[in-house]
Amino acid sequence: MIWSKLSRNRLGLIGLAVIVLNVLVALLAPFIATHDPLQIDVASQAAPPSAKFFFGADEYGRDIFSRVIYGTRISLYVSVLSVLFAAAFGVVLGAMAGYYRGWADSIIMRCMDAIMSFPAILLAIGIMAVLGARLINVVIALGFVYVPRFARIVRGSVLSVKQKEFVEASLAMGNSDAAIIFRHILPNCVAPLIVQATANLAYAILAESSLSFLGLGAPPPAPSWGNILSDARNFMLDNMWMTIFPGLAITLAVLGFNLLGDALRDILDPRLN
Amino acid sequence: MPPLVRVENLTKHFPVGRGLFARSDEVVRAVEEVSFELNQGETLSLVGESGCGKTTTGRLLLRLIEPTRGRIWFKDREITSLGRQAMRPLRPLMQIVFQDPHSSLNPRLTVKDIIGEGLRLHRRLSPAERKERIQEVMAKVGLRPEHYNRYPHEFSGGQRQRIGVARAIILNPEMIVADEPLSALDVSIQAQVINLLERLKDELGLSYLFISHDLSVVEHLSDRIAVMYLGRILELAGRDQLYDRPLHPYTRALFSAVPLPRVGRTKQRIILQGDVPNPLRPPSGCGFHPRCGQGRPVCRETAPALAEVEPGRWLACHFPLA
Amino acid sequence: MEDALNIEGLKTFFYTRQGVAKAVNGVSLSIRPGQILGVVGESGCGKSVTAFSILRLVPHPGRIVSGRILFQGQDLLRLPAREMRRIRGDRISMIFQEPMISLNPAFTVGDQLIEALRLHRRISRAQARDRAVEMLRQVEIPAPEKRISDYPHHLSGGMRQRAMIAEALLLNPDLLLADEPTTALDVTIQAQVLDIMCRLARELGTAIMFITHNLGLVAESADRVAVMYAGKVVEEGGVADIFERARHPYTQGLLRSVPLPGRRTGQGRGQLYEMSGLVPSLFDLPPGCAFHPRCPRRGEACLREEPPWREIGPGHRTACWLEEADAAPGQS
Repeated sequence: MIWSKLSRNRLGLIGLAVIVLNVLVALLAPFIATHDPLQIDVASQAAPPSAKFFFGADEYGRDIFSRVIYGTRISLYVSVLSVLFAAAFGVVLGAMAGYYRGWADSIIMRCMDAIMSFPAILLAIGIMAVLGARLINVVIALGFVYVPRFARIVRGSVLSVKQKEFVEASLAMGNSDAAIIFRHILPNCVAPLIVQATANLAYAILAESSLSFLGLGAPPPAPSWGNILSDARNFMLDNMWMTIFPGLAITLAVLGFNLLGDALRDILDPRLN
Repeated sequence: MPPLVRVENLTKHFPVGRGLFARSDEVVRAVEEVSFELNQGETLSLVGESGCGKTTTGRLLLRLIEPTRGRIWFKDREITSLGRQAMRPLRPLMQIVFQDPHSSLNPRLTVKDIIGEGLRLHRRLSPAERKERIQEVMAKVGLRPEHYNRYPHEFSGGQRQRIGVARAIILNPEMIVADEPLSALDVSIQAQVINLLERLKDELGLSYLFISHDLSVVEHLSDRIAVMYLGRILELAGRDQLYDRPLHPYTRALFSAVPLPRVGRTKQRIILQGDVPNPLRPPSGCGFHPRCGQGRPVCRETAPALAEVEPGRWLACHFPLA
Repeated sequence: MEDALNIEGLKTFFYTRQGVAKAVNGVSLSIRPGQILGVVGESGCGKSVTAFSILRLVPHPGRIVSGRILFQGQDLLRLPAREMRRIRGDRISMIFQEPMISLNPAFTVGDQLIEALRLHRRISRAQARDRAVEMLRQVEIPAPEKRISDYPHHLSGGMRQRAMIAEALLLNPDLLLADEPTTALDVTIQAQVLDIMCRLARELGTAIMFITHNLGLVAESADRVAVMYAGKVVEEGGVADIFERARHPYTQGLLRSVPLPGRRTGQGRGQLYEMSGLVPSLFDLPPGCAFHPRCPRRGEACLREEPPWREIGPGHRTACWLEEADAAPGQS
């Protein structure tokens, strides 16, 4: 049912296509890349784009094309895992706050407010500083930062679904709270969750790139798009290709998720249906 | 034989102002000192206008809302403070049918899952046995076997109400609280559902607490009727008694206000002044006194208690109609 | 005396992705000046869309496809938009079921009344205010000079509805379209509001098209009744004609479905009459007479052709093949 509506939304389809492209590139990276992304070739330092180096080479002679291809893996890995992490915790916390109200609600939501009062990137930087620069820590840091967004959305949804009479009917049959939450309430909260998730995937890609650019993300020589950009910083003016291609990759991925997210929001909004 | 359900001084106050800092002690007196009995095999109706507390009373009976005060008995066993585990085996016996056919069914579940929830929670049956029982109940309410795997949005309002009824009767309840089950339906569909409810009552030996504001339907269906206003019962009597000879001025005005599909009714219509009062700020004494045509000073000072003025007839009024 | 309103063969269709919904499929009715016509039917029969069509306010994707709407002799469907705007609110006004939606919560009651007045008349603000207060008094809102500065959410449901009536009758329109005006109100308030609406309308000589699904309300306040089903009028007549001498099987079925007081029969309460089946989908109307799948007395002709109108009494007509059979010569 969602698909039939989505297939009519041109921008949404474009977004979906971009995402699918990213996923395929990530999965088939070994077959698409022309070189080993970590292989240094001093002779080809800062080589411009050619038949050998599609996107040119960086200051260490590494093939930028292959690095961008493998970078897709890092971006998707970080964004998907961090959003899953955030959603898992966010859903549980939001559901508890929304269903039980009272003290649980106040405490949980105030904690969420506290986390949200920090600019996301700064908080992520702070956490990375404590945990150390490893890719898995990027996932944890970003996941932590995004939990409140999911908690809020889920809480709002749970509050409204909880009022519905079919929830009362289940209570009247003697069902337990946990079963009601998982069987009756959460399945009806999926729509705003999906929209939030796609938007967050876009943020996460951008955030990971930013952290890497600052040297606080994926530890070099990992070919994260942010790292590629960071390495290219000093060569920007003369060797533009070193920045354009990773930048384009980031832009495209973020755009894809945003377009799909917008389309899904329109489709899933009950008032517009 | 003891009554199936008995409530005594049932009271529910909702605090105003939420969260950690509830504001003062302002309360909405949704239900105030309500007492009645529901006998086996009878239909007791609660009637009244918005804010009278009938819906809340129905929920209190099933412990879907916790009472502030008062006691509830089900089959001679007090259930007022039973814990969740203790209540669980009783739940299938006291069920509810809701008003809104749209929000009373989970849009994500199929008909078989909705109706079969009771079976899933309380019985260990094989999938085949489960299917058989569900289809049996579906047939009873007039649904066809091919509806088994469909979703609520594929059905009309009347059919959805039938699904709701099937869900309620799956484990052979003894009592059903029917909370305005007809209000959202068209007239011709209402007739179908009314007939269904009556048929099931005879077939399954059910007792109903029927909540409604539609007095014509109530007259058709009920054995006894309680008229509520601002959280209290003003009058409770057998159907014929109440309709032929109401004793409370509000009851009389209520009946008089019902529009009948009949021409040339010599309309001795009693048009009440004023509005249905705000439950947050109820009038002093008898809640009805500001709109009552015949109030006197004592009505403003003391609320009349509900008393048995004739055998089986209860009334809360200082100056009943002759 | 010419009719206040005369609708002839109105068709309003909704063009959606799922197909064409024939919401109003050939409706003809008329209202005399100062008369109250009750339009009854169940959900989806087209009664509200008819009212919106009169005011040419049918929402997208609906369109008035054919027919004439004669208001005091003029065909409203042929008027330029500017003329139509002058008529709306002034000569023809409308009230709705949910006053919280139709009264703007951001403005006081007084503001809205005054705005309505000054839109159509050249009077000063002070004069408009006086007129508004007077109107609020007419609809029996106590202390109108104070209430005029209230916002809609300060008023109870019944009061809001009365304020709506005041706004609708402020300019002394010739026709009032009342779409389920009391359905959302409690029974005792319903009685009050209906009483005010009808009394005031009679005083001002305003004709009312009273749309509702509640047969009782119509029996008590209407002069004439039009019964609608699946986008058409199936029977029309005086209020006594419909309630005492209904001829169309749908009207009869409807009347029998309603529990009447005093019909109780002691122990074994009689079952209510059940009309089988459901209202047809407007996207997929049955051929011939739209009611035939549910009609207990359907015949051959009913499946093939739409029945014509037949006058069965003075001012009482219905569209049913059964009437044709009775009227055919040589048959008794």
